[in-house]
Amino acid sequence: MGALPPNPRHIWKKKKIMRPETEAELADMIASASGPVCVRGGGTRGVNLNGAMLETGGLSGVTLYEPGSLTLVAQAGTPLVEIEAALDAEGQRLAFEPMDHRGLMGTSGAPTIGGVVAANVSGPRRVSVGACRDFMLGVRFVDGTGTIVKNGGRVMKNVTGYDLVKLMSGSWGTLGVLSEVSLKVLPKPETAACVMIDGLSDADAVRAMAKALGSPFEVSGAAHIPAGLDGHPVTMLRIEGFAGSVAYRADQIAGLFDDMAVRVDRDLEAVTKSWAWVRDVSAFHGAEGDVWRVSCTPSDAATLAAKIGADALLYDWGGGLIWARVTQGKDVRARLGEFDGHATLVRGTGQPKFQPNPAPIAALSRGLQQKFDPKGILNTGLMG
Amino acid sequence: MQMPQPDARVLSRKAQIVARLRDAIPADAVISDEMETRAYECDALTAYKCPPLAVVLPSTTKEVAAVLKVCHEMGVPVVPRGSGTSLAGGALPTADCVLLGVARMNDVLETDYDNRFIRVQTGRTNLSVTGAVEADGFFYAPDPSSQLACAIAGNIAMNSGGAHCLKYGVTTNNLMGVTMVQMDGTVMEIGGKHLDAGGYDLLGLICGSEGQLGVVTEATLRILPKPEGARPVLMGFDANEVAGACVADIIKAGVLPVAIEFMDRPCIEATEAFAKAGYPMCEALLIVEVEGSPAEIDEQLSLILEIARRHNPVELREAKDADEAGRIWLGRKSAFGAMGQINDYMCLDGTIPVSELPYVLRRIGEMSKEYGLDVANVFHAGDGNMHPLILFDANKEGDLELCEAFGADILRLCVEVGGCLTGEHGVGIEKRDLMVDQFAPADLEAQMAVKDVFDPAWLLNPAKVFPLAASESRRSVALAAE
Repeated sequence: MGALPPNPRHIWKKKKIMRPETEAELADMIASASGPVCVRGGGTRGVNLNGAMLETGGLSGVTLYEPGSLTLVAQAGTPLVEIEAALDAEGQRLAFEPMDHRGLMGTSGAPTIGGVVAANVSGPRRVSVGACRDFMLGVRFVDGTGTIVKNGGRVMKNVTGYDLVKLMSGSWGTLGVLSEVSLKVLPKPETAACVMIDGLSDADAVRAMAKALGSPFEVSGAAHIPAGLDGHPVTMLRIEGFAGSVAYRADQIAGLFDDMAVRVDRDLEAVTKSWAWVRDVSAFHGAEGDVWRVSCTPSDAATLAAKIGADALLYDWGGGLIWARVTQGKDVRARLGEFDGHATLVRGTGQPKFQPNPAPIAALSRGLQQKFDPKGILNTGLMG
Repeated sequence: MQMPQPDARVLSRKAQIVARLRDAIPADAVISDEMETRAYECDALTAYKCPPLAVVLPSTTKEVAAVLKVCHEMGVPVVPRGSGTSLAGGALPTADCVLLGVARMNDVLETDYDNRFIRVQTGRTNLSVTGAVEADGFFYAPDPSSQLACAIAGNIAMNSGGAHCLKYGVTTNNLMGVTMVQMDGTVMEIGGKHLDAGGYDLLGLICGSEGQLGVVTEATLRILPKPEGARPVLMGFDANEVAGACVADIIKAGVLPVAIEFMDRPCIEATEAFAKAGYPMCEALLIVEVEGSPAEIDEQLSLILEIARRHNPVELREAKDADEAGRIWLGRKSAFGAMGQINDYMCLDGTIPVSELPYVLRRIGEMSKEYGLDVANVFHAGDGNMHPLILFDANKEGDLELCEAFGADILRLCVEVGGCLTGEHGVGIEKRDLMVDQFAPADLEAQMAVKDVFDPAWLLNPAKVFPLAASESRRSVALAAE
């Protein structure tokens, strides 16, 4: 008989991992912290900074779910799978389609809803319905002094006071540690179809995606893969909704491109699978090199991508998002030069993760850090 | 509603301040004559009036920066103003302020259909943004009722919504970038023609900050392709509860209408008398609108009607053509005008969880009896954003105060059931002193800390949003530092 697996709690103690079970405990831990704290949910997005580890997994559970109000409130450490299962049971979903970083980052663990919000993780549907931050209704968090703050709430329209909910979304734990998040959810559509165009150049694909997104047929995903599974380029346009409507809109979209090699996939399961593949940037899984994520003006995408000199590319958001896999250490920001947008180093080291801000914005960002984390202990240095 | 004492030191230097402003920008863009500044003494919250020290009407971002620099150096508070349609007193001046109006800045700077955005100066009106792109099949989604008059600057300051935000979101969801001038005159670009600005979400922070963090002079707005068509259906029910349950069932069934509007009996009666839209006399009326091709609309409406029938409606009316659609919307769109015909009214804006609708309507009815003031309810039911209209007589001694007290009680009720004080109008001065009912001191402190960063001297629209007592120490520091 082999040795018993080690008790995880024991390991946390040994490594001095802080794992609060309540918001009050979280506040105490931060108030008494004297050195840097590395905040993490499931640890799947590859943030690994110096300092004592603070895991939010102990703050777990859906606290309120009202399908008729399209509202869900959960503690920040709640595993995403738990939230998705609860929504699925009522035929609803997180419409912003958060990506699962595990395959890309080579991490394990369970993504948490707090992690999704802290990193403002949005998938292909961002182009039509908005980002994670657009679905955020409220937050509770503990700032760097250990003070508990709430902002927003659980209702869909709320302009009462400043919108710290958006400030916290995408702040990567540097302004406070989320303890609870409140989200707008949406009905899951009955079915989906994917219009595919084969063989387009990157520039032609971006033009085709703009045409589809500019049509009234409500495209909910527009991606281009320069080298698809068979090695050839494919441009994908997703349509979702009730069956009759999807059939109609897929035909209309396909009709926009009847001078090209166009086909329509109407199998829900296949369509779901292929968009999960896009969402998780599966084409880059297991391949070596750094991974960059470039947010840009869609019509600039092909030109910008060419400047990068990538080993592999994937265009999402109609070209507004470029995923690039490059040789380790390549300075993608230097290659891009000045452009309307920003580049994030998702996988790799040697460069700042986030694009440095222009001076006035950097000054405001520093000011906010000094107010919300005056001790400078929360994920220090991660966001400039 | 109390406003802080004007700063005597500012008042006494009016001549120097005006002279420096006239040096900084074209002289005709500075108004200091007391007869003329009176035109800016209030916004749409007309119960409160105060002419500003001076009014400036800059034409460019550069001129805005020059004005703010002067005011910053001289310690003069600045109240920014879009079109002055705020129902919350967001653009109400103080006697010691320079009122900065963006009305002269109304150009379209760039239209880009491939990337689906329009860039405008923020004095442009909401409806004229759509007007600039609709011939090409596009529109700008947020549609506040005041859209004919209200400016994008005010929409951004208040994070305005509208009837169609159940599907398209509010201003913050449709704003891609801004040019903003800080109080010290620093000009910055935030966001742009791409999605999700880098770094902290400053765009999200600025949108809805009621002109307290900076003056937004240009905006990049998301535009959307116009749907092929839209069609409303009208339903009448014999109880608010039933209408509320019907709304929840429609949403649960997976249909996402672009609008679900709710009117109660007092509101139906008033609008019928005024607009004669032919509405059924019943307890609660819903207008549900869906979009798409004719076949898609049929598909969604048949599902919605099937759900409605399960709730035994007293009336179900489908629009067969544009004319009938227009008649269904007629009463709703004239509801506010209709109420104005009968009486003075105060329009509230609290949001509640949709599930609390029947309870809240019942409580409002009870309170209406206690206060002896009538209330009509008309609101966006899909997202729980209520607009109770309290009727009062402005000429009757004490009636305004009674109405305000009733309004405050309704808003406290909204907070009590898990909602908020304001869904789309903003806090301004109107709900400023109720903020303590929704937020703990630490919550307010965190918000005020943001203003400390953007406007350390607290000169931009300083007497708004936060209870005067809560912001006093910061505002008095600003005065002392001058």
